[in-house]
Amino acid sequence: MDYGKVMCGRVKSIPPSGIRKYFDLLQGMEGGISLGIGEPDFQTPWHIRDAGIYSLEKGFTKYTPNAGLSDLRQAVARYLKRRFDLEYAPVGQILVTVGGSEGLDLAFRCLIEPGDEVIIPTPSFVCYGPLVSMMHGVPVYVETHAENEFRLTPEELKAAITPRTKALVLPFPCNPTGGIMDRKDLAALGEVLKGTDIMVISDEIYAELTYGQKHVSMANLNGMYERTIVVNGFSKAYSMTGWRMGYVCGPKELIGAMTKLHQYGIMSAPTTSQYAAIEAMEHGDGDIEAMRSEYDGRRRFLVDGFRKLGLDCFEPRGAFYTFPCIKSTGLTSEEFCDRFLAAERVAVIPGSAFGPGGEGYVRACYAASMKDLAEALSRLERFLARRGEK
Amino acid sequence: MDTKLLQLLENDPTMTHAQLAAMTGSTETEVAETIARYEKEHIILGYKTIVDWDRTQREAVTALIEVKVTPQRGDGFDRIAQRIYQYDEVESVYLMSGAFDLTVIISGRTLKEVAQFVGEKLATLEDVTGTATHFILKKYKEKHLIFPVQEPQEERFVFE
Repeated sequence: MDYGKVMCGRVKSIPPSGIRKYFDLLQGMEGGISLGIGEPDFQTPWHIRDAGIYSLEKGFTKYTPNAGLSDLRQAVARYLKRRFDLEYAPVGQILVTVGGSEGLDLAFRCLIEPGDEVIIPTPSFVCYGPLVSMMHGVPVYVETHAENEFRLTPEELKAAITPRTKALVLPFPCNPTGGIMDRKDLAALGEVLKGTDIMVISDEIYAELTYGQKHVSMANLNGMYERTIVVNGFSKAYSMTGWRMGYVCGPKELIGAMTKLHQYGIMSAPTTSQYAAIEAMEHGDGDIEAMRSEYDGRRRFLVDGFRKLGLDCFEPRGAFYTFPCIKSTGLTSEEFCDRFLAAERVAVIPGSAFGPGGEGYVRACYAASMKDLAEALSRLERFLARRGEK
Repeated sequence: MDTKLLQLLENDPTMTHAQLAAMTGSTETEVAETIARYEKEHIILGYKTIVDWDRTQREAVTALIEVKVTPQRGDGFDRIAQRIYQYDEVESVYLMSGAFDLTVIISGRTLKEVAQFVGEKLATLEDVTGTATHFILKKYKEKHLIFPVQEPQEERFVFE
């Protein structure tokens, strides 16, 4: 069988992730430190795990309604109102998904006609482009810049819009840059979008992880609610990555269409996870604060560490990544990561893996123990000193 | 800086002043001065390590003793508590509400050693009216630290 022939061309054309090799290399290494993986290092809080276990004991092992448990959708509605002042109706405007990732995929599937363009600010999470391509859409990457604190500016947005533009992805707080958009920044983008039919897909998975100011959603802005699909989930806020729990909110016509697709492709999100998720939303605000405060300390420590070693480092205001500039080393992002890993057994990810604009930077995740962060910095110091000697 | 520094130290006293300064957004000098002040004012009593002796060759037993005492005019429970906590064998002493007065935690090398201490030193104090000794059979968690080693999840690749 010639599988190359039977396989869909679009799948073949999707490039492999630029991150994988670092994990493969790190696996066999004794004493390796990974600042590569984008995952909280906390366990899911016990009361949330317990709620999942309890649901199993009670025998709740069947499908749930396609859109998710009614109690969970109500909990999501209350949570969004309480924490972000967003109003969505539990029936019709909220769909519970398998992680935020499914929500993103559904949003693209519901919007994109072949040839439609989707504007994607970069550097950003690696999934948007491939998902758009699978729908015969055209990803249009727009570089954000350190001098603008990795925000998307209205000028950059305006320059990227064409008659084929269908949607704009807003990946803020941003993985990998840590950049955020405040109300004023979003309002400026809103001015550009007014009068167009361009939809906004707002990936707000890191909304709870902002430092010094609260997250604002595009859907909070006058006139933007109607054109915004909010994608969020439990993975980062409650350290629940493995539970695969997310949700998507928006205009009921679109959520209805997504629910239809979800029903055919997924049926319903995992039942155990949904019960755990209710507990998280109803009694998890304290956990969020505790984790955020811990991340904030590590964030300051790592940024401070990079700067002391002479690397420019933009102060990330959201998510749990730092994005130091390594141009001063004379290496490309990939060379830097390859050599740092080989010489010092520390995995960080080349910025170039996150799309245009990422070259010259590396992503280091601070969702790691202080001990590992401190050790990684001292290995970096040695690495840079040796390069300096040459 | 306030309680943030104390929380960080309570959680991990091995952190360097440089780490603490970065995490609290202050300078190393400020951290050093604040810690010195906390120590002087007895806000920080000291620094200890939690050891799982069961993983070593050394024998160790711990007992929790409920102690009933007669409080004294003027001194209340403080004087008798002091007479108890002065012993090196005594690890912790707490004044309790409820059915007994003091919780005394004792650690020794052997069961016999602990029993001897209770029988000869503690129970014979004149204001002690009764004791009930509970030996600790297994420690699961102390000061937020869990004794059993947690099984790691299978190594996984995530391209996030």
